[in-house]
Amino acid sequence: MNARPGQERDPGLQPERTRLAWRRTTLASTVAAVLAVKSALHGDVSAAGIIACALSCALWLVFLLIAHGRIRALASSDSPLALAPRHATAAVLCTVALAACGAALVL
Amino acid sequence: MIAFARNVRLWFAPEQIREEGGTPDYRFSLANERTFLAWLRTALALIGGGFAVDQFLPDLRWAWRAGLALALLGAGVLCSLRAVNHWMRCERAMRRGEDLPVSRFPAVLSVVIAVVAVAMVVVVLVGWEG
Repeated sequence: MNARPGQERDPGLQPERTRLAWRRTTLASTVAAVLAVKSALHGDVSAAGIIACALSCALWLVFLLIAHGRIRALASSDSPLALAPRHATAAVLCTVALAACGAALVL
Repeated sequence: MIAFARNVRLWFAPEQIREEGGTPDYRFSLANERTFLAWLRTALALIGGGFAVDQFLPDLRWAWRAGLALALLGAGVLCSLRAVNHWMRCERAMRRGEDLPVSRFPAVLSVVIAVVAVAMVVVVLVGWEG
């Protein structure tokens, strides 16, 4: 572990693995958003259903932007900075809001 | 409870955490980030499961269906909030050079998922008979 930052190849490929973890998570959020849209547009389409559908799409888009920003930050340097708590919180709030959408649809 | 409130304040104050201790090796921070993302995926899977229960079990009685869906959605919310909280505690522990925090949450989540799975089996059997 005598790595000098930015000069040596990282044998564990940590930034790449983290990038792929963000991709997987984006994929999971896509699946959840698709299920949300299907749930919202199931049967009789109401105004509430359309609002929930639009909200789910917007939340998915926000999540995508967070992930994309982080992936670019990871790619930009050999020893990237740690994730900012702001971004972690934003990603979690998207997830929570999607669940709230789901609760509103179920009830 | 006070410690939890202090942690919640830290979620929204990105500068504060960088002031504590020293910056750890970036690889440790990235590993912590991947763990956070894995928990977030678990939360998203639970939320997706909630939607799926609501969608794909239409023959169930409403109370069962709504109850199960809400339980899964609630578990997803808890899991995601705990993910960011645990990530931040780990990050702070690494910066201060302390031991990483331990947690009962994985065990609790496993038990809850086992209970939900058993409930699903019962619900599907009862649903078929009815």
